[in-house]
Amino acid sequence: MAKAKETVSRTLMVALVLSVAFSVVVSTAAVMLRPAQVQNQNLDIRSNILAAAGMLEEGATAEEIEETFSRFDVRLVDLDSGDYVDPGAVGVKEPMKYDMYKAASDPSMSIDIPASEDKAGIKRRPNVAKIYTLSENGELVRVVLPIHGYGLWSTLYGFVSLEGDANTIEGLGFYDHAETPGLGGEVDNPRWKSQWVGKEVYGDELKEPQIRLVKGGVGAGASDKEHKVDALSGATLTSRGVEQLVNYWMGDRGFAPYLKKLREGEV
Amino acid sequence: MADASAKQVLFEPIFSNNPIALQILGICSALAVTTSMNVTLVMCMAVIAVTAFSNLAVSLVRTQIPGSIRIIVQMTIIASLVIVVDQVLKAYAYEISKQLSVFVGLIITNCIVMGRAEGFAMKNGPWLSFLDGVGNGMGYSVLLIFVAFFRELLGAGSLFGVSLMPVVNEGGWYIPNGLLLLPPSAFFIIGLAIWGLRTWKPEQVEEADFKMSRHTVKEAF
Repeated sequence: MAKAKETVSRTLMVALVLSVAFSVVVSTAAVMLRPAQVQNQNLDIRSNILAAAGMLEEGATAEEIEETFSRFDVRLVDLDSGDYVDPGAVGVKEPMKYDMYKAASDPSMSIDIPASEDKAGIKRRPNVAKIYTLSENGELVRVVLPIHGYGLWSTLYGFVSLEGDANTIEGLGFYDHAETPGLGGEVDNPRWKSQWVGKEVYGDELKEPQIRLVKGGVGAGASDKEHKVDALSGATLTSRGVEQLVNYWMGDRGFAPYLKKLREGEV
Repeated sequence: MADASAKQVLFEPIFSNNPIALQILGICSALAVTTSMNVTLVMCMAVIAVTAFSNLAVSLVRTQIPGSIRIIVQMTIIASLVIVVDQVLKAYAYEISKQLSVFVGLIITNCIVMGRAEGFAMKNGPWLSFLDGVGNGMGYSVLLIFVAFFRELLGAGSLFGVSLMPVVNEGGWYIPNGLLLLPPSAFFIIGLAIWGLRTWKPEQVEEADFKMSRHTVKEAF
C-alpha cells in the first residue's frame, strides 16, 4: 500500500482528480452565488449614493432603497466639455452599466494626470464620469457626483451631493477606504459628515473650489466659514487628502465644466 | 492521540491546548479582525467552518494522498474551502465581508488550518478530525472574542456596534483609547490572556530554554 501510493503515475492521478473535483466545487459556488453578490454590490452603491444625498432612512429595506434610487436619473458626463454623453459612446447599453473606475485604467477612455496637477493622487482620470441627478417638476434639485482620491493609507471613494445651484453641498460620504480606525477612519463619523451640509464649494466668482479643512474647528466668527470644515483630529494627512480630492473633483479637471453648464442651464 | 475521545478532541483546544495561547498560531488574523465584535464573530464562524471541513476532507482522502504532494493537496483543499466561504459571505453578509475584505482570503494562510490538517487529520478518522477542526476553530474564536471584547469596548465605547459608553466625538463623556483600535494592542491583550491562562493552568508554562547562572564574580567594592 505505502509503496503503491508513491509512484509517479499515482501521484499525478491524485493531483489531477483532486484539482478537478475542487475546481468544480469552487466554480459551482461562484456561479450559484453570483446573482446574490451582484445584487448586494448594486444595493451597496445605491445606498451610498442615497446616504450622500441625505435620502437614506435608517433601516431602509432593499425595496425602499431601490424605490428611492429609481427617482434619480443616471447620466454620463464628459468631464472636459461638461456635456452629457450617450452610453453608446463608452460602449455600454445603459448608463448604470458604465464603470468609471474601470475606465480609468483603460488608456483609450482616460487621461494621464500630470504630477503637478494630481492633487487627489489618483494618477489617471476617466474621460467620462457617471453621475446621478434628481429632478422635481422638471427642475434639477440635486446632483450626486462620485469623488475619489488618496488619503494616508488608501484611496477614499465617495460621493458628494450638491443642491440645484451646483454650489451648495448637501452631503458627503465615503463608502470605501482603509484609513486608520478612530483617526482617519472618522471620515465615517456622522457628526463630522454633518458639518459639510450647507457648505459652499465655490467662492463669489464661482471659479475655483475653495473647500478647506481647518484645524481647531470653525467658529461662528471665522472668515470664509461657508467653505471651511473642521479637520479630523489626529488625522492631518487624511484631512489633507480629503480637502485636495474634493477640490480636485470640483475643479477644472473634475466636474467644474459640467457644473458651470448646469448653472447656466446649458445641459 | 489516536485513541483520544471525541469529547477531548472537541474541548481540549479551547483552554487546555488553545491554538493561539499555547501553540501561538494564527496571530496575524487575531490582530487584524478584532476591532469589532460583529466582524470578529463572522471571522470566527468562517474559520471554524474552514478548519472543520478541511480536516474532514483531508481525513477522508488521507490514505490516498501520496506523501510527496501531501502539503499541496492540503493547500488545495483549504484554498477551495476558503474561496467558497468568501463567496458565501459576499452573497449573504455583504457589509461584513466588506470589512473583513482580504482577511477571509487569508484564512488560507492561517497556520491553525494547515497545522491541524497536517498534524491531526492525516492520522485520524473523518469524524474525529471534523471535531478536532471544530474544537480548534472554537479555541481560536474564544481568544479572538476575548480580544475583540476589550478592543471594541475600550477603543470605540461599544459592543456589537451598540454604544455603551458614549464617546466624546459623538457628544458623550468617554474618551476612547485609540491605541486599542490599532493592531499592536491585540498583542498586549493576547499577551495578558496567555499570562492569565498560564496562571490558571500552570502546566502550560514552558520550561525555560536556559537558566541564568549564579552571579559568581566578586565586584570590586
